[in-house]
Amino acid sequence: MTMTQEEKEKDVSRNACKLCTPFGACLAFKGVTGSMTLLHGSQGCATYIRRYMISHFREPIDIASSNFTEDTAIFGGQKNFGTAVENVIRQYSPALIGIATTCLSETIGDDIKMLVHMFKKDTEVENLPEIVHVSTPSYNGTHSDGYYSTIRAISDTLVEKTGFCTDNVNVFPGMVSPADLRYLREIISSFNDNYVFFPDYADTLDGPSWDEYRPIPEGGEKIENIRSAGDSAGTIELFSCLDDKNSAGKLLEDKFGVANYRIGMPIGIRKTDAFIDALERITGSHAPAWLSAERGRLVDSYIDAHKYIFGKKAVVFGDEDMVVGITSLLSEIGITTVAAVSGGKSGKLESEIKRNNDASCDKAMIMDNSDFEDMAEAIEKLKPDLLIGNSKGYMLARKLKIPLVRTGFPVHDRFGGARIQHVGYRGTQQLFDRIVNAIIEKRQKDGDWGYTYM
Amino acid sequence: MSEKKEIDPKAALDEILSKYPPKVARKRAKQMVINEVGENEQVPQITANVRTVPGIITMRGCCYAGCKGVVLGPTRDIINITHGPIGCAYYSWLTRRNQTKPKSEEDDQFMTYAFSTDMEDSEIIFGGEKKLAQAIQEAYDIFQPKAISVFSTCPVGLIGDDIHQVCKSMKEKLGINVFGFSCEGYKGVSQSAGHHIANNQLFKHVIGNNEDKPEGKYKFNLLGEYNIGGDAFVIEELLERCGITLISTFSGNSTITSMEMAHHADLNGVMCHRSINYVAEMIEQKYGVPWIKTNFIGPESTSKSLRKIAQFFGDQELIDKVEQVIAEEMDKLIPVRDAIRERCLGKTAMLFVGGSRAHHYQELFNSIGMNTLAAGYEFAHRDDYEGRKVLPSIKVDADSRNIEELEVEPDPVLYNPRKSPEEMEKLAAAGVPFKEYQGMMPDMKNETLVIDDANEWETEKLIEIYKPDIYCAGIKEKYGIQKHGIPCKQLHSYDYGGPYAGYEGAINFFKEIDRLVNANIWRHVKAPWMKDTSPTLEATYNA
Repeated sequence: MTMTQEEKEKDVSRNACKLCTPFGACLAFKGVTGSMTLLHGSQGCATYIRRYMISHFREPIDIASSNFTEDTAIFGGQKNFGTAVENVIRQYSPALIGIATTCLSETIGDDIKMLVHMFKKDTEVENLPEIVHVSTPSYNGTHSDGYYSTIRAISDTLVEKTGFCTDNVNVFPGMVSPADLRYLREIISSFNDNYVFFPDYADTLDGPSWDEYRPIPEGGEKIENIRSAGDSAGTIELFSCLDDKNSAGKLLEDKFGVANYRIGMPIGIRKTDAFIDALERITGSHAPAWLSAERGRLVDSYIDAHKYIFGKKAVVFGDEDMVVGITSLLSEIGITTVAAVSGGKSGKLESEIKRNNDASCDKAMIMDNSDFEDMAEAIEKLKPDLLIGNSKGYMLARKLKIPLVRTGFPVHDRFGGARIQHVGYRGTQQLFDRIVNAIIEKRQKDGDWGYTYM
Repeated sequence: MSEKKEIDPKAALDEILSKYPPKVARKRAKQMVINEVGENEQVPQITANVRTVPGIITMRGCCYAGCKGVVLGPTRDIINITHGPIGCAYYSWLTRRNQTKPKSEEDDQFMTYAFSTDMEDSEIIFGGEKKLAQAIQEAYDIFQPKAISVFSTCPVGLIGDDIHQVCKSMKEKLGINVFGFSCEGYKGVSQSAGHHIANNQLFKHVIGNNEDKPEGKYKFNLLGEYNIGGDAFVIEELLERCGITLISTFSGNSTITSMEMAHHADLNGVMCHRSINYVAEMIEQKYGVPWIKTNFIGPESTSKSLRKIAQFFGDQELIDKVEQVIAEEMDKLIPVRDAIRERCLGKTAMLFVGGSRAHHYQELFNSIGMNTLAAGYEFAHRDDYEGRKVLPSIKVDADSRNIEELEVEPDPVLYNPRKSPEEMEKLAAAGVPFKEYQGMMPDMKNETLVIDDANEWETEKLIEIYKPDIYCAGIKEKYGIQKHGIPCKQLHSYDYGGPYAGYEGAINFFKEIDRLVNANIWRHVKAPWMKDTSPTLEATYNA
């Protein structure tokens, strides 16, 4: 049962379940060491994206803008572009400047390649940083597309082939939390000391207090590492709802012959197993004992909690890749996904859910390119027991008087969005415990007896 | 912490400017002044409302944010459709913590919705007017609202969609009020352009639409109050206790119906001068309703504002009632304030926010003995800094000239000056001046810094040089400031707090500031083993 927006012939979006393309670019650029983002367009875009990211991560996030005004919009952004890049270099001394275009400069049709070329030719600045451009008009795609295109643009600009083959692995994580990224690095490094892992915003978006001012927070994958991705033995993409033309893994495969393993977001046992299997195959190393132990504990807890959750009905919403991952987990633990909803429009949501699930998802309403009101109308008769998704689902959860298990982005009505875990055995364990406890809590709260022993 | 060595403000500014290229430094130097209040509240000239230098991380937002987010955001019964790709609607989806209280459950409340035309490639190429018309129709079919408004985002202006024509034809078709705002993000230099555009369209399409005269003895509008954290509820309650009838608020806890009746009030009080003075001026020109500057942030200002309103109406009954309310409230406030004052005395604050808030909140700090070292606005104009007396000398640049100035004539039927020129002169002499705002700088001490459109770099330097005990800004600045061990109070959205208006709000604010500036967490920033910097240990590390 799939419903797309075309069929519904809807023209007004009511409470979107997606963000704009440049947002994804800003997030991805935070995952490279010494990187600074410049949005080419109106200053409002930088301000809005900053304030929105900050409300979730609660960290300082600087994004520069080329501050278009009305005459820039008429005459083009070349002058502002040069001034902006120079000022960013002067203030931040970045190792890399990520340039993402907004609706405004895209509609005008500023030729960024040419602007970068002109800037490099004319500038008196020495030791120029790397400049990576990604095209992100927000009338084309969602924040997920912006995120994937940026990984691809970084790879396209930086990665070189030295002719020297290694057993290194490249891993491109999806849009997960800093805590997830920290754990993924831990997993990957237990297979091989040498690997390429980005975007890694674990530390840039979840860091300690400072002794002194840091124009760019520490953390992120090093540019030198990224350069070497063409020599790796394989790439793992931890997302799958994307077009090949946005895929960095596909790019490295085509350009350098690095085999691409598109695994999807490793949530639940099977998808994490697939991730570990790919790591083993690429690196030739075996999974460490601690990982097996984590897996063991997770399976054990599935068995123990079965009595609380079996047969419950959930609605899952958010970014397509996370929705696919969570539905896969639900099918492992006996919760029926009655609806899987996303504002994404990769066209892959249904096939990816089917591919990663058993028959328990067959009756689920799968709705891509949808907003929160579509979701509210669709699930009216489904009587779900819980919602799983971001803070924007709270209104609906409140109306339906059912719990909302917060996942993904944005989480701005709870503390610790940066530390919510979703992926791998350990992250699944955290998520699983939260799902189970949400159901227990609801039962305890609604019950007549006030039992403390559930 | 309160013992501070003397800092030379000139040296501080020089240090900040030294990092800029000469051209940027020259421009910024004009936007950073050392305050000096002379006779007749004369203050140094500051440059404001000019473009931000590209690549400098500004606190400012865009025209759309000022129009849709600020001015129209808090009105609950109008459907606001953002015409453009999805981002702009998403980011302005109730992020300002505006609160509202519908009178009953049946009343329309659309503030929890974010409507957008979610433009795609094809509309950018072939135009989005058709989709916009359908979106308006759809919103009407689903919700049957009293009014629908449309906000243009950047690409709309470029592709040339005529939103006003679409609104006009949909208004005729649906029989409800439909109107648009050409508030593309690239217009003007900050949110300020959006405020002006919002004011113009509200004046053209909303104010004066309702001819039913409301009941009430002392009819008053509050302009430029946005009900962040429940401020409007506090002010509404205060006015009600005094017996003052609030006809409309622009736009905290407001409805479009109340705005339509605004011209029936006899006095307008302007709270955020920057964002709403245009409406106040235009209502006076068309309907003869005069305006005074009011401010309900801080106990002194609240009392002063209530007294001014009472004096305007000049009725002894009202004057007595106002005095009674003030006395009751101050009785509750004084013990709390005095206790907190003991703990906060001599501490220092910086405020960089808004177009009025950086001014208004200084009084709250003064009340508990704290000094403001530096302050500035994000999007204000010179008159907000130096006072309206400088209005004739403000040069209008190209960016401001692009924003329409409405020509307003007195209404042939409804123009009714509430006071004669003689009465107004008399009131002005008695401390109720009309059309006057003296600006922020005359209220600040000499040698304090006033900085317009302060940016990330300047914020960092100010903190480093002055080490204030608290810094007030918004969420974008908050976490960078707190990385330095200095608490940040958000004065846009109040963090999760508020209300801070009136007397009750002042008590909340005092308690909050006490909690922030006297917190103990900062002493734990360094782990015990990191504090030991004995040479032996360092040598071991380096080995």
